[in-house]
Amino acid sequence: MSGRKSVSKIITVILFIGLLAGTALLSRQKLSSGNGGSLQTKEQALEKYGFYLEPDNKAADINFRHQSPELDPKLKHIAPQIASMGASVSVVDFDNDGWNDIYFTNSRTGSQNALYRNLHNGKFENVAVQMGVANVNKKGTGVSMGAVWGDYDNDGFEDLLLYKWGRPELFHNEGGKKLVNVTEGSGLPAWVNANSAIWFDFDNDGLLDLFIGGYYDEKYDLSNLNTTKIMPESFRYANNGGRKYLFKNMGNGKFKDVTIEYGLNSTKWALAAGAADLNGDGYPDLIIANDYNVDEFYINQHGKRFVERGKQSGIGDIPKSGMSVAFGDIDNSGLLGIYTTNITEKGILIQGNNYWKPTGPQMQEPKYANLAQLAGIENAGWSYGEQFGDLNNDGYMDLYVANGFISGKKGTSYWYDYSKVTGGNSNIIGDAANWPDMEGKSQSGYQQDKIWLNNSSGLFEDVSEKVSPYADYDGRAVAMADLWNRGVLDVIVANQNNIPLIYKNIQQNNNHWIDFDLHGTASNADAVGAKVELQWSGRKQVQVITGGIGFSSQNQHRMHFGLGAGNKVDRVLIHWPSGQTDEINNPEIDKLHNIKEKKARA
Amino acid sequence: MQAIEKENRTNTGFWSFWKANYFTYVPPAFITLILLIGQIFFGILDSYINVVASIVTSVVAEELLARFVLGTRKNLASAYITGISVGILIRSNMVWPYVVTALISILSKYVLRYKGRHLWNPSNFGVSWMLLMASAYVAGLGIQWGNYVLPMCIIWLLGIGIVYRAKKLHITLVYVISFTALAYVRSLITGDAFLAELAPLTGPMYQLFIFFMITDPGTTVSTKRGQIIVVILVALVEFVLRLDGFIYAPFYALCLVGPAAKFIDLKKNTPKTEVKLAV
Repeated sequence: MSGRKSVSKIITVILFIGLLAGTALLSRQKLSSGNGGSLQTKEQALEKYGFYLEPDNKAADINFRHQSPELDPKLKHIAPQIASMGASVSVVDFDNDGWNDIYFTNSRTGSQNALYRNLHNGKFENVAVQMGVANVNKKGTGVSMGAVWGDYDNDGFEDLLLYKWGRPELFHNEGGKKLVNVTEGSGLPAWVNANSAIWFDFDNDGLLDLFIGGYYDEKYDLSNLNTTKIMPESFRYANNGGRKYLFKNMGNGKFKDVTIEYGLNSTKWALAAGAADLNGDGYPDLIIANDYNVDEFYINQHGKRFVERGKQSGIGDIPKSGMSVAFGDIDNSGLLGIYTTNITEKGILIQGNNYWKPTGPQMQEPKYANLAQLAGIENAGWSYGEQFGDLNNDGYMDLYVANGFISGKKGTSYWYDYSKVTGGNSNIIGDAANWPDMEGKSQSGYQQDKIWLNNSSGLFEDVSEKVSPYADYDGRAVAMADLWNRGVLDVIVANQNNIPLIYKNIQQNNNHWIDFDLHGTASNADAVGAKVELQWSGRKQVQVITGGIGFSSQNQHRMHFGLGAGNKVDRVLIHWPSGQTDEINNPEIDKLHNIKEKKARA
Repeated sequence: MQAIEKENRTNTGFWSFWKANYFTYVPPAFITLILLIGQIFFGILDSYINVVASIVTSVVAEELLARFVLGTRKNLASAYITGISVGILIRSNMVWPYVVTALISILSKYVLRYKGRHLWNPSNFGVSWMLLMASAYVAGLGIQWGNYVLPMCIIWLLGIGIVYRAKKLHITLVYVISFTALAYVRSLITGDAFLAELAPLTGPMYQLFIFFMITDPGTTVSTKRGQIIVVILVALVEFVLRLDGFIYAPFYALCLVGPAAKFIDLKKNTPKTEVKLAV
């Protein structure tokens, strides 16, 4: 008996020491290997991955620089944290010349937004002043947080909705020559502290409607406060954010607030929204990524009402810090998954990003499982914007995630101070006066953006440091667009309080591609909500047209599909918001197809 | 808090009989209540699987180790508390850290011993180790209860009642007073609001800490005076660690002070009566 006990004791000690050493070593290994690999040269990247993202700001003549908002002096001690958003990017062809243009927002009072017209020669020209969308950050009407373009009057030109910590502003596009402010009388509210807005046609009446998501409560002007009790009441369960707005397009330049009528009564802290038909009933459903609480999934009841089913679907089960939403069919299954970004800071807060994959065929109330960990796209950092897109045209959607919260003094961290108040009672966390002075400290700063390459069937490889030069700006919005009509997706990243990064996608592969630019006739002119299913070489991929997706961003309007080595597309199915489905067989590849919806509205 | 079961029972009435025979099950019931309130009102668990994994690991490990290492059988209430504490106190996207933390916690009871007693509160050791050394996979419970005051009040009242019955109320109260006083001193040093320094005390992490960890009969020193001195030392070490920016300062402080105090206590005072861990 004694001998057996001795052996047991020895085994116990060995197991104990083994576990201690094993956990420590494993953690150290993970911490040192989690940076996307060692830096490689452009040539090595092209050789191995077939593409390279090369910063092109200078060659493109893009010299915009974002400036953060100015705040009430009462928030001075935590200003970097509050004023940490506003760098946005949206891609638009505002003059219908067939070349993508870029709009950046700025956020300091008096600063100018920039609209870069594509000059077709690799360069861009800032025409924001001439077009009337530069001087929009003013005292009294607030400062820009983001912009989404949508043809709300179906005249063939993209109009602009500018959302702010202030008055949302609507600009009508006058034939690509001028953008005229038509906010007055449009029905838009006087003030929203918004960090998200999207165009979508929720009732499929052929007119683009509008969703605007409030972040801070709309009763506050953050540049002029009479209280400091503006903060979230909880780190996980906050319901004291801004209200949501759902505006129905009445067709005469006016928008009607139908928020309550349609059941969007949430006051969570919304940071992003995305709309797509996720249950196959033909109507766009709505995903809202919320900071300080669960994300929400609103199922569209045939254009009559929205019903929140976050918890039931799985998407709204665990409260995290929802920052962004994007849709992607990462395993070419023909089903759209939903990617939402959150915060991961090793040892402090491990939320992980989510990739919500439908667990079965489309149904009225779809269920989802989080496959981010299995796919290898879970932990990015303090993540904001994201976009799916096939960066090497191999036929699988890759993923770009922008990272980094506040890059302050190097070697400092505000996390300890942050943890004090975020672990406290709502009366403490909710009052900015209780928050410790940041004193210029960093918080999850100097983080590199993540570039995840889809190595087929939804398994990703972190190639962040391999396919682009090192950069650690505080990334916010990400957009993908073919900026130079080359049949590849370039990447634009808007960085907070800094320059954006225009990544030119250099390709060295034999892969093919095909693009579609859809124009609705019975459906809204932008075909927002249209779903395209591409079938080729035994594969199937779906994409949807959105009126804003990611965090404070909007991709190009056209849809880009990489085909890999496949030199033939078998079939294209276009499911229009009107309910009609058009089919194209054997379209020419390596070409942009402009597709007009066949049946005109009666 | 680990449940205890004294050998010398006194049968002087129903209450004494009940306390002697069944009080050991009150702390496990209480921590289960905390878990239930936390989950029902706030959904504090990210996944049931994690807490189930840590409880099962703790209980099975305790049963096996008691049998093979000590050659005895044990009441598994303490292992249950350890498992549930681990399940609540750490956060990870994977299940294995819950299993490993629970295993390390229970193993520490059988490896890190002196004069036949374990020195560290099991979950305190396991959680501290993982937070400090396995930070790539594990974070702590850095959240608050939410906005409902009533459930928090219930937990506080029940907790106080139970530590009072366990004759450990002085430990909890001295710690709370020490933390509050030192929070004020910290606010003077850092210039941060007193409420910011006091805030952690209002969160669930501290409720587990003050009702379960620092009052653990298995690892507290033998005299009341000694217990008070030790808990003040814990608060002081935590104070220093907090000034140095350690987020999980209370765990580390107890992990440093508690075993040292227990070691000295055991060295000076060999226990007169056999106290068998009902654990």
